[in-house]
Amino acid sequence: MTTRPEGTQGVFPSIMTESFADDSTKPFWDAAAEGRLVATKCTNCGTFRLPPKPFCFNCQHRDIEWVELPGTGTIYSFTVVRHPLSPMLMPAVPYAAGIIELDGTQGAGARMICNIVDVDVDAVKIGDKVEIVWEHVNPGMSVPRFRPVTS
Amino acid sequence: MGVVSIKDQAAIVGVGATKYFKRGESYPETELSMACTAILSALEDAGLTVNDLDGFAIYSNSCDPAEVASVLGVPEVRFAASLTSGGGGCAGALGLAAAAIHGGMANVCVTLMTLQQLNKRLGGSEVGGVLAYATMSESASPYGGGGVPPSAAFTANAGLLSPGHSFSVLAQRHMYLYGTKREHFAEVAMSQRENARKRPETALRTDPMTLDDYFNARMISDPLCLLDYTQETDGAVAVITVSADRAKDLRQPPVHILASAHGGTGSWGPGIFKYFQANDDEFASSGHRPVAKRLYEMAGVTPDDVDVALLYDHFTPLVIMQLEDYGFCPIGEGGPFVAEGNIRYGTGKIPVNTHGGNLSEAYIIGMTHVREAVEQLRGVAVNQVEGAEIALVTGGPASLPVSGTLLHR
Repeated sequence: MTTRPEGTQGVFPSIMTESFADDSTKPFWDAAAEGRLVATKCTNCGTFRLPPKPFCFNCQHRDIEWVELPGTGTIYSFTVVRHPLSPMLMPAVPYAAGIIELDGTQGAGARMICNIVDVDVDAVKIGDKVEIVWEHVNPGMSVPRFRPVTS
Repeated sequence: MGVVSIKDQAAIVGVGATKYFKRGESYPETELSMACTAILSALEDAGLTVNDLDGFAIYSNSCDPAEVASVLGVPEVRFAASLTSGGGGCAGALGLAAAAIHGGMANVCVTLMTLQQLNKRLGGSEVGGVLAYATMSESASPYGGGGVPPSAAFTANAGLLSPGHSFSVLAQRHMYLYGTKREHFAEVAMSQRENARKRPETALRTDPMTLDDYFNARMISDPLCLLDYTQETDGAVAVITVSADRAKDLRQPPVHILASAHGGTGSWGPGIFKYFQANDDEFASSGHRPVAKRLYEMAGVTPDDVDVALLYDHFTPLVIMQLEDYGFCPIGEGGPFVAEGNIRYGTGKIPVNTHGGNLSEAYIIGMTHVREAVEQLRGVAVNQVEGAEIALVTGGPASLPVSGTLLHR
């Protein structure tokens, strides 16, 4: 868990400071505040879906359980954003952002789209192992990012 | 009773457009005024008038038919419908027009796009302090504004803010799976620039482009550089569709709607902008494969029968993926296919975007491709494909629906 200063190169600034959670998403953000990654799992067929959706795309059932995931995964694909779309992003570029396939899930349907931090953006590759790192923006909002596994 | 189909039931009989402008330079015209100009021009081209117009078969809610009908004094609107989502529907809207006409709901349909990027930029760049994509609503259009739905919180801090960012991620995966290279993207950009340069009256990017120019262009979002991105332009294009019977008596030679299809898989869905649910077999694709299959089946033709392909080209890699998905080459071989010169006008196996496309002519969210297809099949295109009989036009890749239409003379 880290709190970063504004305007760090490679880090997309937390432009949302509240989660706008509803009943279907609040458990995710509550766990996030504690630095835990959780996802919804269909109690009928076991398919994970993230972000939460009202029906299982595999079996159309509605009942879910929230399952804690290890918070590790693999870069499925990514980009390095070099041109800032807004002046406020000038200190952040270049930053890496991509799709993470989460360990403990089936992959597609439960991927996360995240900023990839603490990395040489020119060295990021598909297939790299990453782990989640939470930034606690405020007591109600924690932002997930991923960084390379350094073991 | 036979199979009900729109095959060959309707024809495009009129095309109209405004001048194409660099972003914002259409001011003081408005999207409404440009839409009306293009419609009047298309009706005139067909030898019809506002009194004949009774249908709006559009996409991406390109205009408000109520407003246009009021401004132009359309006596009676009998059909007003839009395909959902965005630019993916440009080719499919022609099928919507054919369905309306074949179904007896309207007689003379307009399909159009009008675009002014003065107070908005579709590429996601900030205008007036608003980063549109970061807090995208769950409305049907990816360009929609509105509040911040709870699901947006899952992506708003990720840093993928624009279509360009999303398609960069697709392109990266295509490179990883199939060995596609930036040189292949460059060939798409360079071949289309050559096409645009031959017709400077409508092209906005007319400087020659070399491979060095391509590799010296600044990177926007890896693996895409500035020249992989479409330009940002203003303008309006409209086409008029009537029944095949009525088309026989009008001013222009009819361009028949041979077949049209739109849609996509549920797992494609809004995925490119949001959750990337697609499995590996369709993630690094244009999302067009199921549409292409239905399109060819309806038409009863194969890719070999297509003489010219007008493929929606907001980003160069998606042209390569559409070449694969429409069967011009095997899946994964789009890169080498373009590198071998197969999409070049004049020499290639399947000339692509003979007008220069979104990349080098003008970006009016796909309608310039429809216009070029009609001109090719009338035999009056600037870069005329000799003896062209069948043209393919596509819309998207984008959120579902993506679309394709086959036209013939």
